[in-house]
Amino acid sequence: MSGADIPVRVARVETVAERIKRIRFVPVDGRPLPTFSAGAHTVVTMRDGAKTIKNPYSLMGPLGDTTGYEISVLRTNNSHGGSQFVHEKLFEGAFVTISHPSNLFALDLRARKHLLIAGGIGITPIMAMADQLHQIGTPFELHYSTRTPSSGAYVDELKQRYGRKIHHYQTVSARRIDLANLLSQQPLGTHLYVCGPDVMIEDVLRLAREAGWPEQHLHAEHFTSPRGGLPFDVELAKSARTVRVKEDESILQALESAGLEPPYLCRGGACGQCETAVLSCDGNILHYDHYLTDEEKEQGRKIMICVSRIKGQRVTLDL
Amino acid sequence: MLVDGIKSRPQYPGLTADAFAKVHVFAADGDGAQAVIDLFERQGRDINGRVIVVYADTAPGAPDYASRLEALPVELVHCMPTVATAITRLVGVLNVARMGTRIYASGTETMIGLTVQLAQELGMDPATVITEHRGSRARRVQCVHCKGMTENVTTNIVTCAHCGLSLLVRDHYSKRRAAFQGVCVDAEVRGEIPEITEIFK
Ligand code: FES
Repeated sequence: MSGADIPVRVARVETVAERIKRIRFVPVDGRPLPTFSAGAHTVVTMRDGAKTIKNPYSLMGPLGDTTGYEISVLRTNNSHGGSQFVHEKLFEGAFVTISHPSNLFALDLRARKHLLIAGGIGITPIMAMADQLHQIGTPFELHYSTRTPSSGAYVDELKQRYGRKIHHYQTVSARRIDLANLLSQQPLGTHLYVCGPDVMIEDVLRLAREAGWPEQHLHAEHFTSPRGGLPFDVELAKSARTVRVKEDESILQALESAGLEPPYLCRGGACGQCETAVLSCDGNILHYDHYLTDEEKEQGRKIMICVSRIKGQRVTLDL
Repeated sequence: MLVDGIKSRPQYPGLTADAFAKVHVFAADGDGAQAVIDLFERQGRDINGRVIVVYADTAPGAPDYASRLEALPVELVHCMPTVATAITRLVGVLNVARMGTRIYASGTETMIGLTVQLAQELGMDPATVITEHRGSRARRVQCVHCKGMTENVTTNIVTCAHCGLSLLVRDHYSKRRAAFQGVCVDAEVRGEIPEITEIFK
């Protein structure tokens, strides 16, 4: 959220695989976009009738291209609708705004080697990483698993560019990635980056820890999309207002619809920016973020309003 | 003076075993051997997998650390006569190491600093090296003026071994160079030097 959002136009929409679209944004005023580093994301603000949708997407690169940004969007069945809107209603020529890029998943360039692991749509930030590492000439390997051959967006493109550094796996076939073996074979000084479905991220991180990898060398893009749930009321202590959070919106979205502007960065429970103090809650907090520690979640005095909800009638926040 | 309370001053929290590591590489000099021996006593059961010790036998007239290290359940002890030769041997050990190897450093700040520096050159995050300070507090000082290194400095002010300037030894530490900074102390009035005391014993 550094600086004002940038108005952009959708210059290209391309179906790259089953349920995956690649979208290119170009600046409306024709001025160069900010440069970004691999792993960065932008929050795209789209208007669907009266509804405003704000979703974070990783920037795919190519790096250094300031004439436009590219993202990929997987169509999901999640009711929150960002992906549905993109797939059904975002056409070439449409206008949206994007935030300045910020990076919660940066490469550690002190590494001697980088091990990139992607699952499904998790390939998007990893593609930018491969691009950056290729440009600076640091050794890397990319292990990419997809559900079916045709859902393997970008496999050919990656193989063409980086050749044997690309390893592709299909999870439905017998060619499954042998993680334990892969993790035990890496030279000292390797950093690991994983992006994909939650279970995959957790598996990779657990196996890496068991293989003796130190925390400092493990990097994951842990964006969660906000989940729906039962509605509840949020009481804002400072502004003495009450806002209703509906089934299909997050606390953050509800507050924004009510005209408030709480700070956020990732909108995916990863960055910590939207951390809010809970003054009281008549039920339980459903923590869906990857930011608070288990202890903090247990204590129930903080909530990440971009993804978490409560099970109860009413929660009072220090806002 | 500009000596205390500087953030870059390294901290050495003490050795603890990494129960997940597949290979444990210990780099130690002088009394640092005792830190390794103590760790095995405290946490031996957590040290699984291969253990390699690179030891600089620099403690004069000290207990026979080399054979006490060899008596530990370790695969190999490389016993070297100086810190410099130990570091060279450590390069050989770590060059072929894989992820899953945990590096420990114990002993003088110089030994620890050089080990952390090497780990960093090999792409490891410096914070992954588990450290414990033992023995002399003598410092390795880099002259900020001529960049020369002066070893085993125990006083607050030292004459640079290369350019001969009188240097104030600061707490400002460079991980990349594994050295404390020495800044000319009499730049204003040549020869006007504060009292010299032994503070890094
Ligand atoms: S905005 Fe990043 S955790 Fe909520």
